[in-house]
Amino acid sequence: MIAGIIFACSVVFLLQFFVSYCRSLIAASSKQVLSPEVRDVTGISASASGEDFQRVMQLLHLCPETPEDRSRIQAVGAYFGLLNFMRSTVARVVPSLRAWTDAERAHCAYFAAVALERRIAFSRDLLAQQMDA
Amino acid sequence: MLGLSAYAIWLLCTLAEASVVVCSLVRGSFRKYLALNLYMIGSVVVSVLRYWVFASYGYASDQYAFCYYYSDVLLTICLYFALTNLYAHVFEEMAAEKNIRFSAILLLVGTAAFSLAIVLQSSHRFTTRFFVEVSQNLNFVGLVLTYILWGAVFKLRETRTQLIQLVLALGLYFSLFAASFALRNLYPPASDLLKNMDPIIGCVLPLTWAYAFWRVPSDARLRPAGLAVVPR
Repeated sequence: MIAGIIFACSVVFLLQFFVSYCRSLIAASSKQVLSPEVRDVTGISASASGEDFQRVMQLLHLCPETPEDRSRIQAVGAYFGLLNFMRSTVARVVPSLRAWTDAERAHCAYFAAVALERRIAFSRDLLAQQMDA
Repeated sequence: MLGLSAYAIWLLCTLAEASVVVCSLVRGSFRKYLALNLYMIGSVVVSVLRYWVFASYGYASDQYAFCYYYSDVLLTICLYFALTNLYAHVFEEMAAEKNIRFSAILLLVGTAAFSLAIVLQSSHRFTTRFFVEVSQNLNFVGLVLTYILWGAVFKLRETRTQLIQLVLALGLYFSLFAASFALRNLYPPASDLLKNMDPIIGCVLPLTWAYAFWRVPSDARLRPAGLAVVPR
């Protein structure tokens, strides 16, 4: 009985902490402005949408990885998966939740675009260093 | 016998724990979050000790089981003090550090007594059962305390990004372990599988804390209301 209550509460708290943690990771990137070339490459013009996420992730995987952002991108990828699951299940019944998941998915896509911009800059630095050497 | 992946996760977790201390030293946060860093140093020492017992007596030995559960309870108690350190940071303007420490010790003793009472009523395998019970309850009480702290972060409008991420990471860690221990009690046949998951869950805290110390500037600010699951 006690174990059952603990399990149920833990799962609810886990979801809350996971969502808040991912939002804290995303929040930092939402203030950054995308460069025109990244906007061109990703197709994000004025604001991102959830549909952009997979495309930006594919572009992201084409660039050399930086060790610092790998776990962050994985966490946000898992968060995006959770949002997709909510969108296709609970959000069908609750319309306000659908709007919320759409907004969150858009934030995830913008986060991925910012990560792409960082990886491009990292690749350029790497290339410049090799040219100098 | 452990597989190659289990050794790799063990090593990764130990390295991640050591990297938390290195990152906080390099970024100048070691003394500021002393209890958190002492906990991580303790975790590294426990990892080495567990490996020594494992290598000497084997994975299935009573010695390893005793060492594993006993050190787990000790580490969870240390994590309590790390949590009180985070409380002290959030409530630093109220100068409530003594009260927080006293309440934490009271809660710790209460949880241990409660677990002992449950085990005395029901079990013939006293030691191992007691450690599993105490770990489950300590993790759950830790989770509740972290949730209360998260509530305080909102209420007091705490904006330090690093502190917020440390609290959230701790909440993630406690909730994963509390769920795992509770599931072990609910469904004992899954115990072995869940026990194998422990090292993976154990990596969550050092990786997220290392990230918070290394990547998040100590003066970075964040609006906590923007992180709520239910928009405010």
